[in-house]
Amino acid sequence: MEHTRSFRFFNRGPSQAARLVFFLLLSILLLFIDARFKYLEFARSALFVPINALQRLATLPSVLWQGAGEYLVAQTQLVQDNAQLHQQSLEQSARLQQLQILQAEVAQLRNLLAVQQRAEYPMQLAEVIYLERDIFRRKILLDKGSAANVSLGQIVIDDTGVVGQVTRVYPWGSEVTLITDKDHAVPVQVLRNGLRAIAFGSGGAADITLRYTPISAEIEVGDVLVTSGIDGTYPPGLPVARVTQVERDPAYPFANITCTPLAGVDKNRQLLILAGLPKLPERPAPEPETKTQKAKKGTRKTP
Amino acid sequence: MSAPSSNTSSYQGQEFLLPASNFFIASSLLAALLLNWLPWQGIWLAMRPDFAALILLYWCTHKPYRVGIGIAWTVGILADVADASLFGQHALAYSVLAFGGVVLHRRVQMFDLRQQTLQVLPLFLLAQTVYAAVHWQINGHVVWEYFIGSVFSAALWIPLALLLQSLRRPRADSDLS
Repeated sequence: MEHTRSFRFFNRGPSQAARLVFFLLLSILLLFIDARFKYLEFARSALFVPINALQRLATLPSVLWQGAGEYLVAQTQLVQDNAQLHQQSLEQSARLQQLQILQAEVAQLRNLLAVQQRAEYPMQLAEVIYLERDIFRRKILLDKGSAANVSLGQIVIDDTGVVGQVTRVYPWGSEVTLITDKDHAVPVQVLRNGLRAIAFGSGGAADITLRYTPISAEIEVGDVLVTSGIDGTYPPGLPVARVTQVERDPAYPFANITCTPLAGVDKNRQLLILAGLPKLPERPAPEPETKTQKAKKGTRKTP
Repeated sequence: MSAPSSNTSSYQGQEFLLPASNFFIASSLLAALLLNWLPWQGIWLAMRPDFAALILLYWCTHKPYRVGIGIAWTVGILADVADASLFGQHALAYSVLAFGGVVLHRRVQMFDLRQQTLQVLPLFLLAQTVYAAVHWQINGHVVWEYFIGSVFSAALWIPLALLLQSLRRPRADSDLS
């Protein structure tokens, strides 16, 4: 080996070790830039376009399989579904009439009190095209991107509750961090008594935990949590989760509260993206010592 | 010449194979990426072998002057974008894997396929360690489940090598037989 190193017939370019060092340094540099700064988003979205096409190609068989399954649904099933939906729509339209009256009343009262109106949010339907491949991160890709006016921080819901938040936008797609993601937090309120709390994802498929809630807090199993709307990111009143387990250990200052998301976080194929949330006034400049621990709401930055 | 079947298993290098065209190498890498991007879920996701790493290592050990660290790095960047992981995370792991493959290519080719499996398993584990180390640096916890996948990757080495060799073997109607 020694003499081949000093004299080589065939010039093959730099040695393997030199190449390895070069590419290692390049990767580490990219990692550093990507983790610390956000300069590479442009390159990422440029590369995303062709890769997205390939990803759709890879998911095509399962989509076709599902489509075939839907096509071959039995007639009786359809009739049953139809009857059930019909009944549901009757019930709901009755409730809707009441709701309209109530809404008019609330609007009038709010007018009287000169409080900001609760707006109806425009929403658009988007389809899940891709699931995150890392089992420890709960993310999905939707097929609507900045071309369809999706922007960072918009809320994604399904018919039963909050699913997640848009955390990265590509031209023809957007990445949604689910509420079960470990780095994701939602400011919530207990529907029964209005108690405020913050719901963190636990990283599992179907678990949310309420961290930093004192053991004396009045929360019971079965309580429904809705968004409080305090952070200005989530609109108020969207259902988030139901409390399934409350553990109060006097040895710890905080209770151990586990909830299950109400929305089909890992089920649905079609989701709704909410747009046009009202801008809250800027938070006044804090006093010298800040209570960052409590004030950190919405998503923390996921690297 | 007379009894080729007896020694093909022990001397892979002796078998006559068609030269691998660039198109063949590129399409095998593309197919591997597509397999990686299938909608794997739950327990299957934890056990999913890394097809891209597998194909990369195959080419790095069999065509070390054609497929090397540069191509591995490029494939890694593509995987990073698709995974929405940090730029360079897969690229780092695949570069290390390709380096191992290129440096050890003579050694790996000396063995038969079963022994090769044991030779490539440490390489997959090493690459996965690099990936998990980056994950640990950024997220603060080590994810051991990643390593299950590399064991399955090594287990797929024999079927994959047989498949690629059968694709590169000359047709039976040639006059050599």
